[in-house]
Amino acid sequence: MSNAEEGVFFLTGKDFTNAGAASSSLKDVLERRGIPRDIIRRMAIAAFEAEMNVIIYAVAGMMKYRVTDREISITVQDMGQGIPDIELAMTEGYSTATDQIREMGFGSGMGLPNIKKSTDNLTINTVIGEGTTLEFFIRIRDGITTEQA
Amino acid sequence: MNLQEIVNSLSLEVRTPNLGLDRDVTGGYVSDLLSDVMGNAAEGSVWVTLQIHLNIVAVASLKGLSGIILVNNRIPDADTLKRAVEEDIPIMTSPLSTFELVGRLYALGLRCR
Repeated sequence: MSNAEEGVFFLTGKDFTNAGAASSSLKDVLERRGIPRDIIRRMAIAAFEAEMNVIIYAVAGMMKYRVTDREISITVQDMGQGIPDIELAMTEGYSTATDQIREMGFGSGMGLPNIKKSTDNLTINTVIGEGTTLEFFIRIRDGITTEQA
Repeated sequence: MNLQEIVNSLSLEVRTPNLGLDRDVTGGYVSDLLSDVMGNAAEGSVWVTLQIHLNIVAVASLKGLSGIILVNNRIPDADTLKRAVEEDIPIMTSPLSTFELVGRLYALGLRCR
């Protein structure tokens, strides 16, 4: 598609100082393109949760985005411990976060469920001891909404 | 209702003095879980929490919240305030507990949308 725009943000594990910066930059890109606010809102939720997962659980990772007139797609790839049981990780309230992370208000077991709820499709590929890749997208137009998808 | 009126009514201490308080507050949300706020707070809401680390600013900014009120006299970290100014998110503090503070916000007419 001619009007496509792509970019990548690099994420560092345990770097809470810059946590949210990638999602914030992505939001700026979407706002500049004039994407509807409700779409931006949904993508901000999903991107932030994915970004925080890398910062909390992984050594490092990257967030790649591609925006067209039709959809926003995000790939978040990390070098981390992998997810032993994806179904369990998708269960609201389940978390493997440490007490310290929980005291900060993270690790409530809502991250992956929030991503799934906010997007039109979520795919998780994970290899134990190597890392996890999340791919998700939100459709922008063509009359297809979350409810119909 | 704007943020200044809430600050006045509840005698909140404004920790980001250079940020304007004339912004509309269209609702309220209470949570100390960041994912709960990300998933459920409505844009324009004021957020009541006891979290004081700088990631609360990223959450408020991404969600388009109108401000953050910290309860129980919890004092925000210096880097939290610095980030709040950069992101234009007003931070206020109160000696009240969450229960007391939210009760007063509700009495002012604020609701969770």
